[in-house]
Amino acid sequence: MSELLQQIINGISLGSIYALIALGYTMIYGILRFINFAHGDVFMVGAFIGFYLAPRIKALFGGSLLIATPVVFLIAMIGCSLLGVTIEKLAYRPLRPQPKLTVLITAIGVSLFLEFGGQLVFGPDPKLFPTLIPSSTVINTQNLVVGSNSIAVIVTALVLMLLLRFVVYNTKIGTAMRAVSYNHRAASLMGINIDTVISFTFVLGSSLAAAAAILYASVYPSINPLMGIFPGLKAFVAAVLGGIGNLAGAALGGLIIGLTETFVVGYISPTFRDAIAFSILILILLFKPSGIMGKDEPEKV
Amino acid sequence: MSLLEIRNLQVKYGAITALKGVSISVEPGQIVTMIGANGAGKSTLLRAVSGLIKACAGNVVFEGVDITNLPAHRVVALGISHAPEGRMIFANLSVRENLEMGAYPRANKGEIGHDLERVFSLFPRLKERFKQSGGTLSGGEQQMLAIGRAMMARPRMLLLDEPSLGIGPILVKAIFETIVEINRELGMTILLVEQNAHQALKIAQYGYVLETGHIALEGSAGDIARNEQIRKAYLGEA
Ligand SMILES: Nc1ncnc2c1ncn2[C@@H]1O[C@H](COP(=O)(O)OP(=O)(O)OP(=O)(O)O)[C@@H](O)[C@H]1O
Ligand SMILES: [Mg+2]
Repeated sequence: MSELLQQIINGISLGSIYALIALGYTMIYGILRFINFAHGDVFMVGAFIGFYLAPRIKALFGGSLLIATPVVFLIAMIGCSLLGVTIEKLAYRPLRPQPKLTVLITAIGVSLFLEFGGQLVFGPDPKLFPTLIPSSTVINTQNLVVGSNSIAVIVTALVLMLLLRFVVYNTKIGTAMRAVSYNHRAASLMGINIDTVISFTFVLGSSLAAAAAILYASVYPSINPLMGIFPGLKAFVAAVLGGIGNLAGAALGGLIIGLTETFVVGYISPTFRDAIAFSILILILLFKPSGIMGKDEPEKV
Repeated sequence: MSLLEIRNLQVKYGAITALKGVSISVEPGQIVTMIGANGAGKSTLLRAVSGLIKACAGNVVFEGVDITNLPAHRVVALGISHAPEGRMIFANLSVRENLEMGAYPRANKGEIGHDLERVFSLFPRLKERFKQSGGTLSGGEQQMLAIGRAMMARPRMLLLDEPSLGIGPILVKAIFETIVEINRELGMTILLVEQNAHQALKIAQYGYVLETGHIALEGSAGDIARNEQIRKAYLGEA
């Protein structure tokens, strides 16, 4: 029983990290109708910003994590936002009138660029991510061990998702995002600068990816320039599972993937850790391509 | 000085030339109508003014400022709102949010709230449905929303593309009355594209007849309504 509870908590913790990344995929898809395959690599850059920054920021605040950790989060989020906005401006924007396939291939190119650029700049060998979230044990019974970092991950992700929800549904720029995602031309007739809204969407998506990266690296502290590939792909599956373009769907999809992965690793075999997400992808594509919360409209991608 | 002056405007869609050098002018405070058969280029003309498509030659001058080929969002900010063909309501946004998006370039919340009430008083149906999503409105209600939304920018000029399309006769009458009210009470100048030439010429002061990309005729609305050929071609008389 408590082992099950243990798995559930671990699954939710991992799932909320996937959810944060999945939200970026789904928002960018919602606005531009293409999958930003470089998103997982923006996540990776977030982890490296944290890696290089954390010791300095910690020193600055005399080792107090209470201030240092939020500061590292904030700077990583700003850094990834700048990266995301730059990628969109330089790589995707000039191709906007082109067929979606062109943009998709470019996104894969950007992804490879970041992965190999990352190996050049950061070095290919794994690095140990510094402690930003103390991993003390919060609950410790016979079979149940809940670490403070699982709790921190879940709480941080929840807060960020609620913030995102507020921005998208209760602010002017959020309403403009939804308008643009529905119809670019109609939105521009309202006086909405489409480019600004697209940039803003990249800011939101990339900063969530950065936060996810710091959380992820706090749980799995070995980081390397290729670390974005699997979480990125799994979060992409989560977004498709939830119904691409749908925010609540991405959050739900992330949780489902995180839970499934944790259960499969815990009860079947760790060998299937990375395979399970792709099995899920195949199942969705076979049985409900529009995803759990997606509308059943045929959509050409 | 004319409020809107279009000179020798040419627009192409690939190999098709939709506008072959169109010149019109709209005086401040007027309702000017543009009538013409399907495919004449009426919507194209409005799209070129509001910046949805690029002109390949000619000029659009608004309040003395050349706005040719300005991006659409800047044209709105300068004072021209376009209620486009097909209405383009945001189906995923509520009626209220649709109207708020109409006021996007504006910052003064008090004034926006005031204008929202004004739209609701012109179209009480929208007030009843303001929480409903735009996609669930009937065609007529969507048309009201499209006009109301365009008004929310508080433009000096409104471009209306076939507001009577697909709407029953009673509502058509009401919508034309509202257009007159918007023009008279709120002082918005209106360029009205219509297939319903009969009604349009009744409320307009001036009219243009567009035929396959060029102006075939222009004159006071009364003169056009009395023109023999127009009566035959557009007013359904034998
Ligand atoms: N996106 C487009 N691509 C190619 N051709 C177009 C496009 N839009 C319009 N056209 C062509 O340009 C011409 C003018 O079209 P437009 O929509 O301006 O006509 P209209 O007068 O508004 O007609 P209607 O009364 O049917 O709305 C038509 O021949 C049309 O086929
Ligand atoms: Mg038309």
